[in-house]
Amino acid sequence: MAAMTPTAPDTVEAGTSGAAPRASTRRPRPRSRPRPRVWRGAVLALAGAYFLTPLIASFVFTVHVPGRGISFEAYTELLAADGFTQSLLLSLGLAAATISLSLLLAVPALIAVRIGSPRLRPVVEVVCMLPLVVPPIALVTGITTVLRWGPEHLSRTPLYQTFLAVQNEDFPVVLVLAYTVLALPFVHRSLDAGLRAIDVPTLVEAARSCGASWPHVVLRVLLPNLRASLAGAAFLTLALVLGEFTIASLLGFRPFAVWIVSISGAQARMSVAVSILSLVITWLLLLLLSRAATVPATVSAAPATSRKES
Amino acid sequence: MSTTLPAARKPGDADVRDTPAGARVEFRGLRRAFGSTVALDGLDLTIEPGELVALLGPSGCGKTTALRVVAGFEQPDSGEVLVDGQDITRIPANRRDAGMVFQSYSLFPNLSARDNVAFGLRVRKVAAAERRERAAELLDLVGLPDHGDRYPHQMSGGQQQRVALARALALRPRVLLLDEPLSALDAKVRANLRDEIRRLQLSLGITTVFVTHDQEEALSMADRVAVLNAGRLEQCAAPAELYERPATPFVAEFVGTMNRLPGRLADSGLVEVVGARLPVDGPVPATRDVEVLVRPENVTVTVPAETDAGTDRTATVVSASFLGSVTRLHLVLPDGTSVKADLPSRDAGALVPGARATVGLTERPVLVVARPA
Repeated sequence: MAAMTPTAPDTVEAGTSGAAPRASTRRPRPRSRPRPRVWRGAVLALAGAYFLTPLIASFVFTVHVPGRGISFEAYTELLAADGFTQSLLLSLGLAAATISLSLLLAVPALIAVRIGSPRLRPVVEVVCMLPLVVPPIALVTGITTVLRWGPEHLSRTPLYQTFLAVQNEDFPVVLVLAYTVLALPFVHRSLDAGLRAIDVPTLVEAARSCGASWPHVVLRVLLPNLRASLAGAAFLTLALVLGEFTIASLLGFRPFAVWIVSISGAQARMSVAVSILSLVITWLLLLLLSRAATVPATVSAAPATSRKES
Repeated sequence: MSTTLPAARKPGDADVRDTPAGARVEFRGLRRAFGSTVALDGLDLTIEPGELVALLGPSGCGKTTALRVVAGFEQPDSGEVLVDGQDITRIPANRRDAGMVFQSYSLFPNLSARDNVAFGLRVRKVAAAERRERAAELLDLVGLPDHGDRYPHQMSGGQQQRVALARALALRPRVLLLDEPLSALDAKVRANLRDEIRRLQLSLGITTVFVTHDQEEALSMADRVAVLNAGRLEQCAAPAELYERPATPFVAEFVGTMNRLPGRLADSGLVEVVGARLPVDGPVPATRDVEVLVRPENVTVTVPAETDAGTDRTATVVSASFLGSVTRLHLVLPDGTSVKADLPSRDAGALVPGARATVGLTERPVLVVARPA
């Protein structure tokens, strides 16, 4: 059985790698030494100061009136200010519509590509990323041109009314369409990452073999497992819509971001108060969304660490 | 379409073990090509009710494609699949009466083991209480009665595959499809689950098609093993028959271990090989120079006396691998031919690498193939 006990190569290997154990006996020291927490604290303090100083300064500016001391007047006046509620509600409505539309477009498309023709994935990715390379100003110029051209050439057709309807000031659908295009890269990235994290073809086939129809597969199997990435997509879209100014302003609509700018010249204190309030509102909404994402994630996104069978 | 197969019984109307005998599954002239690659090339196979047939073959032989055609995940280019005489080829996957277990753990990550098992019942709108009862019954059947509340990531691979098996059985299918369900598991769990699947299959009497590339798995579990090669059926037979009487050289070499020894056909219909004259089994090639296929256990090895002069059958032992009750010797004949021989380990003590040994063959019919140029 000498052939089964090849001692020589082992010996050689041990000899050549003999330095490794010695080195490893020396190494644990730096590993066991506590990491320099002081640097972490310093970096955190610097970053915190960078982000918080303007916020604190803004807040102080809104509540400290020279000669009168502390006053929350700017905030109390806010709620009664002309256009505040309408513009905020309009922005939230636009955000909800944009999230719905972009998910309705992207989810079925990406699932179909994933299952049906994975080769198309790069094509879809490039198409979805295009809005990142087209500046919003170019987009808004295009939209303006179309909006001007439409009524002139389609005045005798039913589409004329459509052109008017999408520009309704109460709820400008044209902004939803534009924001959907802008949100596409973020929605795509988020959903694509979610779809890559699960074995879509096998889950679909498993559900199909259990008798599930296609709608059932999507609603009961895929979407629950994509919850985190759906929330992520909604999260990014919400942030984008609440902060978007260029397109809305150039098209002449007045969502929240435009309203803030419009009052900033006349009532400086109030405009800063509105900015802080809008930050708080955005944070709250984002917190809500991220909470929606993390609750199921404790169940679905945990690593597949298989325990040994007893 | 009113062709749902075969009228899937209402779940919950009887005990889970009270499953009728499985269905007869027939593949008729199945052909499926992916571009220029032909996965199935006219596959014909009949699986009897309640039988477990393993589809065995090398990668790309078409075994998984055949299974996926039965499941409804692939459409054949031509040919048909019949279940109890009914053509199911065009019936959508979700309306076929077949449960499937996949190679990768395919449990729904967002559902507990119980909800995974009950998924199909929920699809069929079975009442919640009944679903829970059936799921508990099935989890008990696969040996996981206390795991109903666990999520897939909280279970081991073997446990997940058991739950997947329970899920596949939940709708009482009459055909069970297993797509390499054990290949992702470690050896010990694999052996346990293998026995468990077979036990369940026998007790439920469900027709089972089992795809594997592991011949040990196929030979130990299946009633019959269908060996596929390049999309065609080479042979479908009981494991012992497949091993002892392979129909083709491919089967002979694919199943178990085989020696290829140079030989020469004699006029008497015998073949001369390693000093022996043996009867030929199966087709005889046109050329006289052939290669003879001999199993290692049909090679005899004896230790010659020290004074014996060497002959052309005197080989040198290159290596000896202890495999438990047998030891596999690797020998080289004077002409350079390599021979593998299995000997009872108690007789192989003296045959250490470098030792001389006389090689012979037992008197059994052998398969011969033309010697490559």
